Amino acid sequence: MTGPTKVLADPAATSLSRADTAPAPLWRAYRFELVKLLAQWRLRLVALVCWLGPGPVVAVISTQSTLPSDTVFGRWMGQTGWAGSLVVLGFACSWLLPLLTSLVAGDVFAAEDRQGTWRYLLVAVRSLQRIFLAKALASLTVVLALVVGLAVSSIAGGLAAVGNRPLVGLDGHVLTPGHAGVSVLLAWLTILTPALTFSAIGLLGSVLFGRSPMGLLTPVMLAFALALAQLLPLPVLVRIALPSWSFLAWHGLFTDPAQTGPVVAGVVVDLVWALLAAALAYVVFMRRDFTDPAYDGAGPHLVALALAPLVAVIAVTVAVLAAVTSASGSGIDRPKLEGSLATAYAHLYRMQTGELGRPDVPEAQLATSASCDKGGDLVEDTGAGNDWRCVVTWHIPGATAVGSAIYQLDVTPDGRYVADGDGPQSVNGFFQVRTPTGDAPNPLWQFDGSVDLFTATPKG
Amino acid sequence: MHPGPVVRARGIVKSFGAVIALDGVDIDIAEGHVHGLVGPNGAGKTTLLGLLLGLAVADRGTLELFGRPVRRALALPAGVAGFVDGPGLYPALTARQNLIALASLRGVRRPGIDDILDTVGLTDVADDRVRGFSLGMRQRLGLAAALLTHPRLLVLDEPANGLDAVGTRHVHRVLSRLAADGASVVMSSHRMDDLTALCTEVSLLAAGRVVFSGPVSKLATETAESDYRLRTSDAAVARRIVGDSSAVRLLPGDDLLQRQDTQALLVRGSMDSIEDLVARLVGAGVAIRELAPVVSPLETAYLALVGVDENSDGDGDGAPQSAGRKRTTDPTEDGITL
Repeated sequence: MTGPTKVLADPAATSLSRADTAPAPLWRAYRFELVKLLAQWRLRLVALVCWLGPGPVVAVISTQSTLPSDTVFGRWMGQTGWAGSLVVLGFACSWLLPLLTSLVAGDVFAAEDRQGTWRYLLVAVRSLQRIFLAKALASLTVVLALVVGLAVSSIAGGLAAVGNRPLVGLDGHVLTPGHAGVSVLLAWLTILTPALTFSAIGLLGSVLFGRSPMGLLTPVMLAFALALAQLLPLPVLVRIALPSWSFLAWHGLFTDPAQTGPVVAGVVVDLVWALLAAALAYVVFMRRDFTDPAYDGAGPHLVALALAPLVAVIAVTVAVLAAVTSASGSGIDRPKLEGSLATAYAHLYRMQTGELGRPDVPEAQLATSASCDKGGDLVEDTGAGNDWRCVVTWHIPGATAVGSAIYQLDVTPDGRYVADGDGPQSVNGFFQVRTPTGDAPNPLWQFDGSVDLFTATPKG
Repeated sequence: MHPGPVVRARGIVKSFGAVIALDGVDIDIAEGHVHGLVGPNGAGKTTLLGLLLGLAVADRGTLELFGRPVRRALALPAGVAGFVDGPGLYPALTARQNLIALASLRGVRRPGIDDILDTVGLTDVADDRVRGFSLGMRQRLGLAAALLTHPRLLVLDEPANGLDAVGTRHVHRVLSRLAADGASVVMSSHRMDDLTALCTEVSLLAAGRVVFSGPVSKLATETAESDYRLRTSDAAVARRIVGDSSAVRLLPGDDLLQRQDTQALLVRGSMDSIEDLVARLVGAGVAIRELAPVVSPLETAYLALVGVDENSDGDGDGAPQSAGRKRTTDPTEDGITL
């Protein structure tokens, strides 16, 4: 019987153990949680998909003749390697990120209930606080690693398939490859705060609902509810007060000047939500009696109590935003839309001129302006809708005549719009133009734009 | 070294809502002993073990481990390890990975892990995922995890569940060795053979109260009557002598005996009356070939505790007596004495 002798009569080891009366250090508990998370085959599979999946998908789509022009930057995937990553970012914001946080943070506490390992873990770590922190940090680490995988893979796929080329921004201006790269990385950075928020929501769901699937689904359900809310004609202040705003705010990084107000507001709102949700999860977790054999989630009363502050924070945020910003109403009105459309058109006209090999014309010389109307005389010229009709006019270089073009605009509540050319045919009637080097997409045929919801309406 | 008992509990009360799980428990556990907790389901064994592991604190009463009072949950002195409600290991990790992760967590040196796996007989499956382990293998791995921290007080809830003969031998060997080295072991079990073989002391719990606590040998004297298998050279004479005795009863329906053994009788009596019976059999010229208790004193006490006659078909799990009690106006109504 050599085993027991070796194990039990090890004075050095015994003395080490006896000296170690304190709870396990946080970093060890964190490492322990990471080991457990990474041992899950489903999480390994998800990590594999996040790190290896987007690259080939972007590469394949970028080389096709039909591009996903209904998604932001999708129409530019064949022109620059940076656009594909932004398409993946848009998709990640809609569904992927909530799903990832569900799988990781939404299960990190519930898994212990399912496996019956709480008591083992408590005896091993001996600190509820450190268990909570370790689980929160470990799940956040994994979520961030997955997001980084999506970013790296999609950028690599786009650059490999199309190359490091200029990117057309949401106001039509051309970003140099370097500038585009920085902006794309910044855009990915801005969704780290909603990743934090949804992870904290996942932790809260996992703590509140125990082994019930409801905990796992909490981030996805919240994302679904918020996506529905973003489709509604809500006031812009409410829209920005929601934690999903950052999923859209990054669009403003691709205008000149950048629309930083919505981005900053989104980051702040998400941080508030993340801290509040994590604090609520912590309080609920610390109240749990781990020896109660009848425990089955926190119970409906506590669930309601925990969710109430999150609803309240929306009201508080709206009040704060109303006080510190000039945003009001839907944030979309005729003057702002006309300004945005004119700017985008001027940039893209200049780009088309370059493609056609004509002499360069600075935007200022074009003196572009737009005149928009929503739904005819009986409808107020504000808000989202696909019934905006605009006429763009500009001074044709070297001529006294004024050019004009008509666009139908589909404006979404988040301020993004698609301008679809409606004539004349010579300007925006064809989706391609013939250039000295061959056919190229006609930038004036259809293009994306973005209205800054945060700014006040220009006077006059 | 602390001179007193390793565990000293006085007046421990623990409730879950309206259910009183422990109701004034007093218990002492000495160093170097294997102490068994016996009682029907819901008697409070797991709750008591949970308190010893620091998973909760008592609502009332005092609990001292190594002479130090435990006042907060998880605030245990070093050297306490074990598990309640199953070994609680991570199914996605292998046996070795489970131990390595725990060793890293607790700051224990890793080289001893192979020895510990060998100790509990899991070397061959060390690199298999725990997901595929049988209950017995999990129990042994749970024991290995507890051994990692070289405990002075090992707390085990039903460690014998699911163990086969080999596993049982491994566990017995480890626990005996631990006790011999001066550590204390507190374990609950429904397997009386394990407890009889391992424990030097036992505590019998019923409805959250300790109804007996002390050496196993003391149980024999405190148990009023026991059943014995009696084989003699002349069963007919023996049957008559037993029938003539007022202190010893011949039990019918000898299911506990081998049916083919027509020379065997099943008798019930106190230790004194059995000794008297032996004298009378010898005086009548009847040779005694075997006289052995059918069940151990511990099992007899347990069966008495749950209110089951071992000769009845008794499906009596004792549930009405054993389940955690609701609060009542008469705190003694569920009291059971041996």
